[in-house]
Amino acid sequence: MAQIAAEAPWYRRWLPLVGVGLIVLYCLVPFYWMVVSAFRRPSDQFDNSIIPKRWSIENFTDVFQPGTGFGRALLNSLIVAGTVTILTLIVGMVAAYTLARLDFKFKNLVLAIIITTSMFPGISLVIPLKKLFSDIEWINTYQAMIVPSLSFALPLAVWNLTAFFRQMPRELEQAAMVDGCTPAQAFRKVIIPLAAPGVFTTAIITFIAAWNEFLIAVSMVNRKDISTANVLIASFTGTSGRDQPFGSQMAAGVVVTIPLVIAVLIFQRRIVAGLTAGGVK
Amino acid sequence: MSESASAVEPTPGKNVRRTSFNEGTGRLAALLLSPTLIVLLLVIGYPIISALRESLYTSGGIGDDGFVIEGTRFVGLDNFAAIFSGETGDRFWNAFYNTTFFTVTCVVLETLLGVLMAMVMHKAFKGRAIVRASILIPWAIPTVVSALLWKWMFQADGIANAVLGTQILWSTEGWQSVLSVIVADTWKTAPFIGLLVLAGLQTIPDEVYEAAKVDGASPWKTFTRITLPLVKPALLVAVLFRILDTLRIFDLPYVLVGPNKESVETLSILAFLEANQTRYGPAAAYATLLFVYIVVVAYVFVRLLGADVIGDARASKPKKNGKSKDNQLPPGTAAATASGSLAAGGGGL
Amino acid sequence: MRFERSHTRKAVALAVVSSLVLFTAACGGGDDGSKGNTGSAGGALEGRGPIKFATGKDTSGNLTSQVAAWNSQHPDEKVEITELPESADQQRNQLISNAQIKSTEFSVLNLDVVWTAEFAANRWVTQLPEDQFPDLGKLLPSTVATGKYRDKLYAVPVTSDGGLLYYRKDLLDKAGLKPPTTWPEMIAACAKVKALPEGKAINCYAGQFEKYEGLTVNFSEAVNSAGGVVVGDDGKPNVDTPEALAGLTALAEGFKTGFIPKAAITYTEEPGRRAFQDGNLLFHRNWPYVYALANKTDGSSKIAGKFGVAPLPGLNGPGVSTLGGHNYAISEFTPNKATAADFIKFMSSEERQKANVEKTSQAPTWASLYDDAALNKQFPYLAPLKASIGSAKSRPQVVKYGDVTTAIQDAAYNTLKPNGTDPKTALKDLQTKLSSLITQ
Repeated sequence: MAQIAAEAPWYRRWLPLVGVGLIVLYCLVPFYWMVVSAFRRPSDQFDNSIIPKRWSIENFTDVFQPGTGFGRALLNSLIVAGTVTILTLIVGMVAAYTLARLDFKFKNLVLAIIITTSMFPGISLVIPLKKLFSDIEWINTYQAMIVPSLSFALPLAVWNLTAFFRQMPRELEQAAMVDGCTPAQAFRKVIIPLAAPGVFTTAIITFIAAWNEFLIAVSMVNRKDISTANVLIASFTGTSGRDQPFGSQMAAGVVVTIPLVIAVLIFQRRIVAGLTAGGVK
Repeated sequence: MSESASAVEPTPGKNVRRTSFNEGTGRLAALLLSPTLIVLLLVIGYPIISALRESLYTSGGIGDDGFVIEGTRFVGLDNFAAIFSGETGDRFWNAFYNTTFFTVTCVVLETLLGVLMAMVMHKAFKGRAIVRASILIPWAIPTVVSALLWKWMFQADGIANAVLGTQILWSTEGWQSVLSVIVADTWKTAPFIGLLVLAGLQTIPDEVYEAAKVDGASPWKTFTRITLPLVKPALLVAVLFRILDTLRIFDLPYVLVGPNKESVETLSILAFLEANQTRYGPAAAYATLLFVYIVVVAYVFVRLLGADVIGDARASKPKKNGKSKDNQLPPGTAAATASGSLAAGGGGL
Repeated sequence: MRFERSHTRKAVALAVVSSLVLFTAACGGGDDGSKGNTGSAGGALEGRGPIKFATGKDTSGNLTSQVAAWNSQHPDEKVEITELPESADQQRNQLISNAQIKSTEFSVLNLDVVWTAEFAANRWVTQLPEDQFPDLGKLLPSTVATGKYRDKLYAVPVTSDGGLLYYRKDLLDKAGLKPPTTWPEMIAACAKVKALPEGKAINCYAGQFEKYEGLTVNFSEAVNSAGGVVVGDDGKPNVDTPEALAGLTALAEGFKTGFIPKAAITYTEEPGRRAFQDGNLLFHRNWPYVYALANKTDGSSKIAGKFGVAPLPGLNGPGVSTLGGHNYAISEFTPNKATAADFIKFMSSEERQKANVEKTSQAPTWASLYDDAALNKQFPYLAPLKASIGSAKSRPQVVKYGDVTTAIQDAAYNTLKPNGTDPKTALKDLQTKLSSLITQ
């Protein structure tokens, strides 16, 4: 398409660029405000100047003060979101492949049941879940955060991956099996690499969703040492309890967002490239 | 893989495997699906059933001794009847309208924007990584933080008013509060659709586009005749899940505008407020009604648009694109597509 | 990978079994609370051992040092702080959901004053025998009342809070005025200040009028300061009165005439404080926490050293503040109630409260601390605060407080918002609603 644009009149060449610019601007402007607010001095937190008069990292040092346990919370978030992502991918891919390839009765019913579970208002799940987890003594454990997040992520993962797998022609596995692969091998070595964009996207979405989960994390865990970063951010307060530490909350937001975006970009290059390369030869 | 792929296996082996692939598929399917289903039944099925049960019970009431009467009483459908009567009924229908309005508006906007974002992210040009990162950012910021961010931007003395040069009181009842929720929601979740559609785009091999170019198709025609049909499954899944999510919208109106504000009160907020007053029966009744509404919407959506997603899940061979009026690619294209990308080295990642 | 049949069977069996277990659990739930005994009332507080203290964020780090002081004296009954989220709603939700599952996790609960009735009536907190808390008599009586439900003690007040009138001393001085003691005086004073060149752009007055708990506080203050009541001493709502009408009308007129700026309808504590600190408000109703922040000289406040504090003005006499603050209560479900009670006594003692006010500037409940010379020097607002808290009125102490405050907010907000309803109708409707909510 780039070539088409090159031969076209000027407006056709520039219009897409303007469009790109607008989209990027729309996405980044609020984020810019977040970053700028984080870098303001707490004393001019509510300044509306587009560029801070004085830059300061005080908000960031506040976030990482020894007493806050924010580093630990970041680690907890990573443990929870990482485990959720891996489990979702494994469990979800197996289910999706089954749904995309095997012919069996009640297939539509299973798909329907899976998606139905993501139709119930989340806030109404908390109390029954808390009762359940307290009965099986899961309160204050990682699994009390991991398992619900897993179940929130699975419906989208299964549906999305099913859509992707179904687009892959059956002839591919058949060819692979002619070449001596077992069905499992054919799946792993032919289908997954080809569906890599879908798998990867599912992984990003799952990870971010789990990383951002708040309701369950705050309800099932009341020990600081296994609380996630989100929960900790929500418990930030000012010096008196009534004043809101907007600056350090924004700083914490920057701290949890930026590594995520960088990680996604790196993974995208490395893993997807790796998967695809493996699939081709 | 590399050796086994090139190695020519004796024919018997192939036969054995092919039969094992098809034999007892029902049982195999049950086995492969069981992890997913067990997790979902345990963590979501159980709470749903206990909430459904809860919706038929009531609790509370203060005894003469000043203590709340303990235990629950079965009241049948009273909790549901109460929702539809009198002032509560008006409130319910207002919330129903708001929920529907938010869903239609936000999902339409997000779909348009999301598809646009995907096209942008898919284009090969210098600085693409930066564009991708910036589109990803709104989706990656934790909701806890982004709700707060928007709240501060929409304060009476916030940056939104400063930039617009207005004195709008965004959190007061009226169009402005609705608009603020729509802006914030679209900003946050359009990238979600963008990402899923991008993944769909990436599985389309360049050859298809080259063929279209050779045929002299205009960019618009290429988009509607090739791109759109090929990303349709991914797009439909994304839109479907956005619909499910937006129908349950809670955080943004609650944090940005506040509870008990008629203009932005949604069904999820009603369910939350009831539970917040420890009236779990009525809260469960609201949740159940919302649940039923979502099931109906999802069913209609899949029936009307989603034939590709679920309709031919069973027998993919016999019926294909039966009633689709779009000038779609012939059924074989998907196969050609994927094998094409196999040859092309995995498409343009 | 080879799939064994036995695995399939096991998996299916597991699924069936686990769902069976779950459904039985679902059907068995709900009634097991009926054994709850009313006999816990005023009984002995027994059981010793380590406990957990659930509280909002320890903002100054002072709580940690207070608890450390206790822990060093009581090595076998150590207290651990569990910090709850910042928002009061979420704190309450966490505490309630723990009570719902009868969790033994928390022993001492830090409750907002308006939660006492709900927690007591649901038997989530234990009744406290008053004779075991001999210091109660030395606390401000209005604060002790907030720990009671139906005349029985359920919680001990540790911090209090009362509304104060912040005013721009520099501008009042220039206009040759004293801080106003009544609403009409305040209106007149503002007119005079606005006549000054420095006062041209200033707004007159703001409290908290966003639709949230703060609106209930400000509405109650308006009604009480006009001689009315929201809920009478007999426990019955009584807002359809000329006094209450006068109070609410004063606020509504304030918005209409521009005495209260339009933006104030979106004000919670923080935006209001900012407006005052930026020099945009002549008078501002807020809590004591503003004092230290508005006096900061790091550039965040444009009015450091230029403002004063007075008790709230009433409609025709002194105003009546709404009482805030936090009380400590003991969870019904903790096994270590004796330790919990000792810890509460420790925290509400004069020594600890003094240490607390010095570090956090939170209003103490111990009466004599307000007359402490050193403290008065450090916190010049203590005298008006004592007057404010001493005469302050509690918000309705009712079990369904959440519904009551929502009804009040609906009525007040609908009156005060642009093109709002007529105050008379609003109060009439509110009376009907409150009567059906509060049936004692």
